[in-house]
Amino acid sequence: MPPFQTLLDEHATEVMGVLRGAVGRAEAEDCFQETFLAALRAYPKLNDASNLRGWLLTIAHRKAIDHHRTNGRKPVPVADPPEVPVEDPEPADDRIWTAVGALPPKQRAAVALRYGSDLPHTEIAAALGCSPAAARRSLHEGIKRLRKDLA
Amino acid sequence: MKATLRRLAERAGAEGLLDVAYASVDSPFGPLLLAATPRGLVRVNLPNYDAEEALEELAAKVSPRVLEAPAKFERARRELDLYFEGKLTEFDLPIDWQLTRGFRGKVQRAIKRIPYGQTRTYAEMARGAGNERAVRAAGTACGSNPIPIVVPCHRVLRSGGGLGGYGGGLAMKEDLLRLEGAL
Repeated sequence: MPPFQTLLDEHATEVMGVLRGAVGRAEAEDCFQETFLAALRAYPKLNDASNLRGWLLTIAHRKAIDHHRTNGRKPVPVADPPEVPVEDPEPADDRIWTAVGALPPKQRAAVALRYGSDLPHTEIAAALGCSPAAARRSLHEGIKRLRKDLA
Repeated sequence: MKATLRRLAERAGAEGLLDVAYASVDSPFGPLLLAATPRGLVRVNLPNYDAEEALEELAAKVSPRVLEAPAKFERARRELDLYFEGKLTEFDLPIDWQLTRGFRGKVQRAIKRIPYGQTRTYAEMARGAGNERAVRAAGTACGSNPIPIVVPCHRVLRSGGGLGGYGGGLAMKEDLLRLEGAL
Protein backbone atom coordinates (compact mmCIF):
# COMPACT_ATOMS: atom_id res chain seq x y z
CA MET A 1 0.00 0.00 0.00
CA PRO A 2 1.32 3.49 -0.73
CA PRO A 3 1.76 5.89 2.22
CA PHE A 4 -1.71 7.16 3.16
CA GLN A 5 -0.56 10.74 2.59
CA THR A 6 -0.46 10.10 -1.17
CA LEU A 7 -4.21 9.38 -1.08
CA LEU A 8 -4.73 12.80 0.47
CA ASP A 9 -2.38 14.48 -1.99
CA GLU A 10 -4.15 12.94 -4.95
CA HIS A 11 -7.81 12.78 -3.94
CA ALA A 12 -8.57 15.16 -1.05
CA THR A 13 -9.71 17.98 -3.33
CA GLU A 14 -12.04 15.75 -5.31
CA VAL A 15 -13.51 14.11 -2.22
CA MET A 16 -14.16 17.54 -0.71
CA GLY A 17 -15.83 18.63 -3.96
CA VAL A 18 -18.08 15.59 -4.03
CA LEU A 19 -19.05 16.11 -0.38
CA ARG A 20 -19.79 19.80 -0.90
CA GLY A 21 -22.14 18.77 -3.68
CA ALA A 22 -23.78 16.11 -1.55
CA VAL A 23 -24.18 17.80 1.85
CA GLY A 24 -23.31 21.45 1.29
CA ARG A 25 -20.25 23.52 2.07
CA ALA A 26 -20.90 23.92 5.80
CA GLU A 27 -21.28 20.21 6.51
CA ALA A 28 -18.69 18.95 4.03
CA GLU A 29 -15.80 19.53 6.46
CA ASP A 30 -17.23 17.10 9.02
CA CYS A 31 -18.04 14.48 6.40
CA PHE A 32 -14.52 14.88 4.98
CA GLN A 33 -12.98 14.17 8.39
CA GLU A 34 -15.27 11.16 8.90
CA THR A 35 -14.45 9.87 5.44
CA PHE A 36 -10.69 9.96 5.84
CA LEU A 37 -10.71 8.71 9.43
CA ALA A 38 -12.80 5.72 8.29
CA ALA A 39 -10.39 5.21 5.39
CA LEU A 40 -7.38 5.36 7.71
CA ARG A 41 -9.01 2.84 10.04
CA ALA A 42 -9.58 0.35 7.21
CA TYR A 43 -6.43 1.08 5.20
CA PRO A 44 -3.95 -1.48 6.62
CA LYS A 45 -6.40 -4.31 5.90
CA LEU A 46 -7.19 -3.22 2.37
CA ASN A 47 -5.63 -5.67 -0.04
CA ASP A 48 -6.28 -4.06 -3.40
CA ALA A 49 -4.58 -0.76 -4.19
CA SER A 50 -5.76 -0.68 -7.81
CA ASN A 51 -8.67 1.70 -7.28
CA LEU A 52 -8.07 3.81 -4.22
CA ARG A 53 -10.02 6.71 -5.73
CA GLY A 54 -13.16 4.61 -6.13
CA TRP A 55 -12.69 3.22 -2.63
CA LEU A 56 -12.45 6.72 -1.12
CA LEU A 57 -15.44 7.98 -3.09
CA THR A 58 -17.49 5.00 -1.90
CA ILE A 59 -16.67 5.85 1.72
CA ALA A 60 -17.43 9.54 1.07
CA HIS A 61 -20.85 8.66 -0.32
CA ARG A 62 -21.58 6.42 2.61
CA LYS A 63 -20.67 9.27 5.00
CA ALA A 64 -22.86 11.69 3.02
CA ILE A 65 -25.74 9.24 3.27
CA ASP A 66 -25.18 8.79 7.01
CA HIS A 67 -25.20 12.53 7.32
CA HIS A 68 -28.48 12.86 5.44
CA ARG A 69 -29.97 10.15 7.58
CA THR A 70 -29.21 11.93 10.83
CA ASN A 71 -30.17 15.31 9.40
CA GLY A 72 -33.13 14.00 7.43
CA ARG A 73 -35.38 16.93 8.07
CA LYS A 74 -32.98 19.78 7.50
CA PRO A 75 -32.98 21.55 4.14
CA VAL A 76 -30.07 20.49 2.03
CA PRO A 77 -27.77 23.08 0.51
CA VAL A 78 -26.77 22.32 -3.04
CA ALA A 79 -23.52 23.32 -4.73
CA ASP A 80 -23.92 25.61 -7.72
CA PRO A 81 -27.69 26.04 -7.81
CA PRO A 82 -28.94 26.60 -11.37
CA GLU A 83 -29.40 30.25 -12.28
CA VAL A 84 -32.40 29.64 -14.55
CA PRO A 85 -35.94 29.91 -13.21
CA VAL A 86 -37.75 26.59 -13.27
CA GLU A 87 -41.47 26.16 -13.37
CA ASP A 88 -41.77 22.74 -11.86
CA PRO A 89 -39.51 22.56 -8.83
CA GLU A 90 -37.03 19.71 -9.00
CA PRO A 91 -37.78 16.99 -6.52
CA ALA A 92 -36.01 17.91 -3.30
CA ASP A 93 -32.59 16.34 -3.13
CA ASP A 94 -33.11 15.12 0.41
CA ARG A 95 -36.03 12.95 -0.69
CA ILE A 96 -33.84 11.21 -3.22
CA TRP A 97 -30.97 10.92 -0.77
CA THR A 98 -33.25 9.54 1.91
CA ALA A 99 -34.48 6.96 -0.58
CA VAL A 100 -30.92 6.19 -1.68
CA GLY A 101 -29.96 5.86 1.96
CA ALA A 102 -32.69 3.30 2.49
CA LEU A 103 -31.34 0.99 -0.23
CA PRO A 104 -29.38 -2.11 0.74
CA PRO A 105 -25.63 -1.24 1.01
CA LYS A 106 -24.44 -2.60 -2.35
CA GLN A 107 -27.26 -0.98 -4.31
CA ARG A 108 -26.81 2.25 -2.39
CA ALA A 109 -23.09 2.40 -3.12
CA ALA A 110 -23.59 1.47 -6.78
CA VAL A 111 -26.16 4.24 -7.27
CA ALA A 112 -24.04 6.82 -5.45
CA LEU A 113 -20.89 5.94 -7.38
CA ARG A 114 -22.67 5.89 -10.74
CA TYR A 115 -24.70 9.07 -10.42
CA GLY A 116 -22.80 10.93 -7.73
CA SER A 117 -19.25 10.37 -8.94
CA ASP A 118 -19.92 9.35 -12.51
CA LEU A 119 -17.83 6.19 -12.24
CA PRO A 120 -18.12 3.56 -15.01
CA HIS A 121 -19.34 0.05 -14.16
CA THR A 122 -15.82 -1.38 -14.11
CA GLU A 123 -14.67 1.09 -11.45
CA ILE A 124 -17.83 0.63 -9.40
CA ALA A 125 -17.11 -3.10 -9.52
CA ALA A 126 -13.55 -2.52 -8.30
CA ALA A 127 -14.74 -0.23 -5.52
CA LEU A 128 -17.34 -2.74 -4.38
CA GLY A 129 -15.08 -5.74 -4.86
CA CYS A 130 -17.45 -7.54 -7.25
CA SER A 131 -17.65 -8.29 -10.98
CA PRO A 132 -18.80 -5.58 -13.42
CA ALA A 133 -21.91 -7.69 -14.13
CA ALA A 134 -22.74 -7.80 -10.43
CA ALA A 135 -22.14 -4.04 -10.16
CA ARG A 136 -24.50 -3.47 -13.10
CA ARG A 137 -27.09 -5.70 -11.43
CA SER A 138 -26.81 -3.82 -8.10
CA LEU A 139 -27.19 -0.52 -9.93
CA HIS A 140 -30.19 -1.80 -11.89
CA GLU A 141 -31.89 -3.17 -8.77
CA GLY A 142 -31.18 0.08 -6.94
CA ILE A 143 -32.68 2.25 -9.66
CA LYS A 144 -35.72 -0.03 -9.93
CA ARG A 145 -36.31 0.27 -6.22
CA LEU A 146 -35.76 4.05 -6.21
CA ARG A 147 -38.31 4.42 -9.03
CA LYS A 148 -40.82 2.48 -6.98
CA ASP A 149 -40.05 4.33 -3.71
CA LEU A 150 -40.16 7.78 -5.26
CA ALA A 151 -43.19 7.20 -7.50
CA MET B 1 -7.75 22.69 2.70
CA LYS B 2 -4.56 23.15 4.72
CA ALA B 3 -6.45 23.65 7.99
CA THR B 4 -8.68 20.69 7.13
CA LEU B 5 -5.68 18.43 6.63
CA ARG B 6 -4.03 19.68 9.82
CA ARG B 7 -7.24 18.86 11.71
CA LEU B 8 -7.31 15.40 10.12
CA ALA B 9 -3.75 14.65 11.27
CA GLU B 10 -4.66 15.83 14.79
CA ARG B 11 -7.79 13.68 14.96
CA ALA B 12 -5.98 10.69 13.48
CA GLY B 13 -3.34 11.05 16.19
CA ALA B 14 -5.96 11.36 18.93
CA GLU B 15 -7.76 8.23 17.69
CA GLY B 16 -4.60 6.16 17.43
CA LEU B 17 -4.69 6.08 13.62
CA LEU B 18 -1.48 7.95 12.96
CA ASP B 19 1.17 5.22 12.93
CA VAL B 20 3.86 7.22 11.15
CA ALA B 21 3.92 11.03 11.25
CA TYR B 22 6.43 12.86 9.11
CA ALA B 23 7.65 16.35 8.34
CA SER B 24 10.36 18.04 6.35
CA VAL B 25 12.86 20.08 8.35
CA ASP B 26 15.43 22.49 6.92
CA SER B 27 19.12 21.91 7.60
CA PRO B 28 22.36 23.43 6.29
CA PHE B 29 22.66 20.31 4.11
CA GLY B 30 19.17 20.52 2.60
CA PRO B 31 15.76 19.27 3.73
CA LEU B 32 15.70 16.39 6.23
CA LEU B 33 12.67 14.14 6.36
CA LEU B 34 11.81 13.18 9.93
CA ALA B 35 9.43 10.33 10.70
CA ALA B 36 8.08 9.28 14.09
CA THR B 37 5.76 6.65 15.51
CA PRO B 38 3.88 7.23 18.77
CA ARG B 39 6.96 5.73 20.46
CA GLY B 40 9.49 8.13 19.02
CA LEU B 41 11.71 9.14 16.13
CA VAL B 42 12.00 6.18 13.77
CA ARG B 43 13.72 7.61 10.70
CA VAL B 44 15.80 10.59 9.62
CA ASN B 45 16.18 10.77 5.88
CA LEU B 46 19.21 12.72 4.63
CA PRO B 47 18.86 15.17 1.71
CA ASN B 48 20.69 12.99 -0.81
CA TYR B 49 18.19 10.15 -0.45
CA ASP B 50 14.77 10.31 -2.15
CA ALA B 51 12.07 11.33 0.37
CA GLU B 52 9.25 9.58 -1.53
CA GLU B 53 11.20 6.35 -1.42
CA ALA B 54 11.80 6.77 2.30
CA LEU B 55 8.06 7.19 2.85
CA GLU B 56 7.30 4.10 0.80
CA GLU B 57 9.78 2.11 2.88
CA LEU B 58 8.12 3.33 6.07
CA ALA B 59 4.71 2.36 4.69
CA ALA B 60 6.01 -1.13 3.91
CA LYS B 61 8.08 -1.72 7.06
CA VAL B 62 6.16 0.14 9.78
CA SER B 63 2.60 0.90 8.66
CA PRO B 64 0.87 2.38 5.62
CA ARG B 65 -0.88 4.87 7.91
CA VAL B 66 1.65 7.56 7.05
CA LEU B 67 0.58 11.20 7.34
CA GLU B 68 2.33 14.54 7.13
CA ALA B 69 2.06 16.12 10.60
CA PRO B 70 4.57 18.96 11.12
CA ALA B 71 3.03 19.84 14.50
CA LYS B 72 4.48 16.62 15.93
CA PHE B 73 8.04 17.73 15.23
CA GLU B 74 8.32 21.09 16.93
CA ARG B 75 10.75 19.84 19.54
CA ALA B 76 12.84 17.87 17.05
CA ARG B 77 12.98 20.89 14.76
CA ARG B 78 14.11 23.12 17.63
CA GLU B 79 16.79 20.69 18.77
CA LEU B 80 18.13 20.17 15.25
CA ASP B 81 18.29 23.95 14.66
CA LEU B 82 20.29 24.38 17.86
CA TYR B 83 22.53 21.44 16.99
CA PHE B 84 23.41 22.89 13.58
CA GLU B 85 24.19 26.21 15.28
CA GLY B 86 26.61 24.37 17.57
CA LYS B 87 24.47 25.14 20.63
CA LEU B 88 23.17 21.67 21.45
CA THR B 89 25.38 18.73 22.26
CA GLU B 90 22.85 16.05 23.13
CA PHE B 91 19.48 15.28 21.59
CA ASP B 92 16.71 14.64 24.05
CA LEU B 93 14.22 12.96 21.73
CA PRO B 94 12.49 9.61 22.26
CA ILE B 95 13.69 7.01 19.75
CA ASP B 96 11.77 4.12 18.21
CA TRP B 97 14.37 1.45 17.36
CA GLN B 98 12.03 -0.85 15.46
CA LEU B 99 13.82 -0.49 12.11
CA THR B 100 16.98 -2.01 13.51
CA ARG B 101 17.53 -5.46 15.01
CA GLY B 102 20.16 -7.88 16.25
CA PHE B 103 23.85 -7.05 16.04
CA ARG B 104 23.15 -3.89 14.04
CA GLY B 105 20.68 -2.74 16.65
CA LYS B 106 23.26 -3.27 19.36
CA VAL B 107 25.86 -1.25 17.47
CA GLN B 108 23.40 1.55 16.70
CA ARG B 109 22.34 1.85 20.34
CA ALA B 110 26.02 2.07 21.27
CA ILE B 111 26.52 4.79 18.64
CA LYS B 112 23.77 6.81 20.34
CA ARG B 113 25.98 6.90 23.45
CA ILE B 114 29.14 8.29 21.77
CA PRO B 115 29.51 11.77 23.31
CA TYR B 116 29.41 14.95 21.24
CA GLY B 117 32.71 15.87 19.67
CA GLN B 118 34.27 12.43 20.24
CA THR B 119 34.91 9.68 17.74
CA ARG B 120 35.17 5.89 17.79
CA THR B 121 36.44 3.37 15.24
CA TYR B 122 34.43 0.63 13.55
CA ALA B 123 36.65 -1.86 15.42
CA GLU B 124 35.79 -0.30 18.77
CA MET B 125 32.11 -0.46 17.95
CA ALA B 126 32.43 -4.14 17.00
CA ARG B 127 34.22 -4.90 20.26
CA GLY B 128 31.62 -2.93 22.24
CA ALA B 129 28.83 -4.97 20.67
CA GLY B 130 30.53 -8.18 21.81
CA ASN B 131 32.24 -9.36 18.63
CA GLU B 132 35.59 -7.75 17.94
CA ARG B 133 36.04 -9.59 14.65
CA ALA B 134 32.81 -8.19 13.22
CA VAL B 135 34.41 -4.93 12.07
CA ARG B 136 32.81 -5.09 8.65
CA ALA B 137 29.39 -5.82 10.20
CA ALA B 138 29.87 -2.84 12.50
CA GLY B 139 30.54 -0.74 9.39
CA THR B 140 27.33 -2.05 7.84
CA ALA B 141 25.46 -1.23 11.05
CA CYS B 142 26.68 2.38 10.81
CA GLY B 143 25.77 2.50 7.12
CA SER B 144 22.26 1.21 7.74
CA ASN B 145 21.55 3.57 10.64
CA PRO B 146 17.91 4.67 10.09
CA ILE B 147 18.27 7.74 12.33
CA PRO B 148 21.48 9.55 11.28
CA ILE B 149 22.53 12.80 13.01
CA VAL B 150 20.41 12.03 16.09
CA VAL B 151 22.09 8.62 16.28
CA PRO B 152 25.52 10.07 15.42
CA CYS B 153 27.04 7.49 13.10
CA HIS B 154 29.18 10.32 11.71
CA ARG B 155 31.28 9.92 14.89
CA VAL B 156 32.47 6.46 13.81
CA LEU B 157 35.68 6.43 11.75
CA ARG B 158 38.06 3.89 10.29
CA SER B 159 40.96 2.68 12.44
CA GLY B 160 44.06 4.59 11.36
CA GLY B 161 42.26 7.87 10.87
CA GLY B 162 40.36 7.38 7.61
CA LEU B 163 36.86 8.91 7.57
CA GLY B 164 35.14 5.72 6.43
CA GLY B 165 31.77 6.22 4.72
CA TYR B 166 28.60 8.21 5.22
CA GLY B 167 25.11 7.86 3.78
CA GLY B 168 24.82 11.60 3.40
CA GLY B 169 28.15 11.88 1.60
CA LEU B 170 31.66 12.24 3.01
CA ALA B 171 31.53 16.05 2.81
CA MET B 172 28.58 16.05 5.19
CA LYS B 173 30.35 13.71 7.60
CA GLU B 174 33.36 16.02 7.58
CA ASP B 175 31.18 19.11 8.15
CA LEU B 176 29.39 17.49 11.09
CA LEU B 177 32.69 16.44 12.71
CA ARG B 178 34.08 19.93 12.17
CA LEU B 179 30.92 21.48 13.67
CA GLU B 180 31.46 19.34 16.76
CA GLY B 181 35.13 20.26 16.91
CA ALA B 182 36.22 16.67 16.40
CA LEU B 183 38.31 17.42 13.31
